[in-house]
Amino acid sequence: MSDKQKRGLSVESEGKQAGKSKLSRRKFMGDTLKTACGTALLGLGMGTYSRQASSFPAWTIRPPGALPEDEFSGACIRCGLCVRDCPYDMLRLAELGEQVALGTPYFVAREKPCEMCEDIPCAAACPTNALSHELKNIDDARMGLAVLIDQEECIAFQGLRCEVCYNVCPLEGEAITIEMQPNRRSGKHALFIPVVHSDACTGCGKCEKACILEEAAIKVLPTHLAKGLLGKHYRLGWKQKEKAGHSLVTPDIKHRYNLPEGVRYDYNKGGLELPPEAKLERDSPFSSNPLESLKKLQNQESK
Amino acid sequence: MVKQTARNQFPGQQAIEKKGWWLAHKWLILRRMVQLGILALFLAGPLLDVWIVKGNLASSLTLEFLPLSDPYVMLQGLMSGHFPTTEGLIGVAIVLLFYALVGGRVYCSWVCPVNIVTDAAAWFRRKLGIKVSSQFSRSTRYWLLGLTLILPLITSAIVWELFNPVSLMFRGIIFGIGWAWMVILAIFAFDVFVSQRGWCGHLCPVGAFYSLLGHKSIVRVSAQKREQCDDCNDCFVVCPEPKVIRPALKGADKGISPLIDEANCTNCGRCIDVCDEDVFNFSSRFKD
Ligand code: SF4
Ligand code: SF4
Ligand code: SF4
Ligand code: SF4
Repeated sequence: MSDKQKRGLSVESEGKQAGKSKLSRRKFMGDTLKTACGTALLGLGMGTYSRQASSFPAWTIRPPGALPEDEFSGACIRCGLCVRDCPYDMLRLAELGEQVALGTPYFVAREKPCEMCEDIPCAAACPTNALSHELKNIDDARMGLAVLIDQEECIAFQGLRCEVCYNVCPLEGEAITIEMQPNRRSGKHALFIPVVHSDACTGCGKCEKACILEEAAIKVLPTHLAKGLLGKHYRLGWKQKEKAGHSLVTPDIKHRYNLPEGVRYDYNKGGLELPPEAKLERDSPFSSNPLESLKKLQNQESK
Repeated sequence: MVKQTARNQFPGQQAIEKKGWWLAHKWLILRRMVQLGILALFLAGPLLDVWIVKGNLASSLTLEFLPLSDPYVMLQGLMSGHFPTTEGLIGVAIVLLFYALVGGRVYCSWVCPVNIVTDAAAWFRRKLGIKVSSQFSRSTRYWLLGLTLILPLITSAIVWELFNPVSLMFRGIIFGIGWAWMVILAIFAFDVFVSQRGWCGHLCPVGAFYSLLGHKSIVRVSAQKREQCDDCNDCFVVCPEPKVIRPALKGADKGISPLIDEANCTNCGRCIDVCDEDVFNFSSRFKD
């Protein structure tokens, strides 16, 4: 504020004292406004940054029982008690500079997967329920979902027997099964393909850790990345039929073929079915003697 | 004037001469021992496999039995719409009660690791004789406190904990520091070169929260023998919140009690240390 303005102010006001208090009130208001604006700006910056920081990278996995990511970031107070109570020491808190939201717990399956402790000590230790205490059975944990993501490199697809992921899976036979497929390369062998089932996979990451490739072909991904979602309006006919016990649409009329008299078509019985006489004739549509065929042709032409 | 400057650069000189170095640093040393001791307790687990305390300041479990939780962080969680477990709440209650009794900002001077950094910065600043300091209001911290509590309401995430230097430093030391040491360095530089007692005295919303928490605490420093004050100014120089001293020390004729009854007094005891006239001592709200 310039001197002139100041003088103007004190002239305006009735007494010297009043002028002073008015001035200081102005200054106070100005300062407050400045602080308020600064705070608001800062808040905007911090809020925006937090939005970015909360995008959880796909190669990291939250401990079992973790709330969905948007809730987790409002629940976890970054105390590290889960980290401390994991007997396998495979959890860690994100440090400044890492891509995971600062101070929150995570693990990397390829380094150390979750051993799926029966008593879930990590979740039990959490003072905020960010790792939900409602998770009672570790088999119900959904830390992510394993996906056999590289079906070009996975050696099972080359026709080699591997099945390491299948064998290490704590829910072997449920979360991963081996499905046989024909081996088109050799024409006579089978491919033994590991298939993950989302209704059982906990996302523990043991398969990813065990994959024998240099870069795992099977990876645990965040469920929302790994899963598709069928439109709610979709109805699968055969399931509806099963539910209802009968077909829900008018049954198809039996298809009829436009065939010469006496000829029938039945797919299940070897296709075309000719009348018995025709059959006799057609037993050998061509004579065994090629000269006869030539003769037939000549006769036709001369006619 | 020259003499005064020299004194302000070396506050407590007279106290050292009179009481000896140890007594003139008694509370400072005790505080550092407590601050480092707490860190050591948390570090003993991961480093030596001696598990006395687990977790960090946000929430911890001592001897598998005593839960302690930071009410400020928990409050941010609440504001984001999330309710903690009973154990978490018990931890909060214990901590709330403790600081409400001994003084909220005891957290600052006896627990917070950043305090070691900012005290060092203040010391450095005195030694370098830096006088310029950007002036802004000490109430800025309450604005920031408000902000850190409103942000979770809007974003439903605990936003402040992405930035909070206090948890950054404490957690960093125990769980891995990453780039957090840069933040600590920045605070040090800010306090030395930009603003005197800038962080703890003006900005830190954690300190602001705890000041509110303990503003009616029982344990208080008192300028009991204020009539002996020889106006050496040393206490004002070392105090991280010099404003809190004046009313108690100089308010005798206005009938103000010698009790430093100010939310922002951190109960650090430095004024007791540096006063060669033994004006100050720890006292209680009910004594005077
Ligand atoms: S279930 Fe066990 S191994 Fe898995 S994160 Fe929790 S404590 Fe660690
Ligand atoms: S124990 Fe809970 S609150 Fe603490 S770091 Fe782990 S998930 Fe977060
Ligand atoms: S992540 Fe892999 S190993 Fe773990 S349950 Fe799922 S399929 Fe099995
Ligand atoms: S003001 Fe903040 S940084 Fe300073 S000592 Fe207190 S809590 Fe720690």
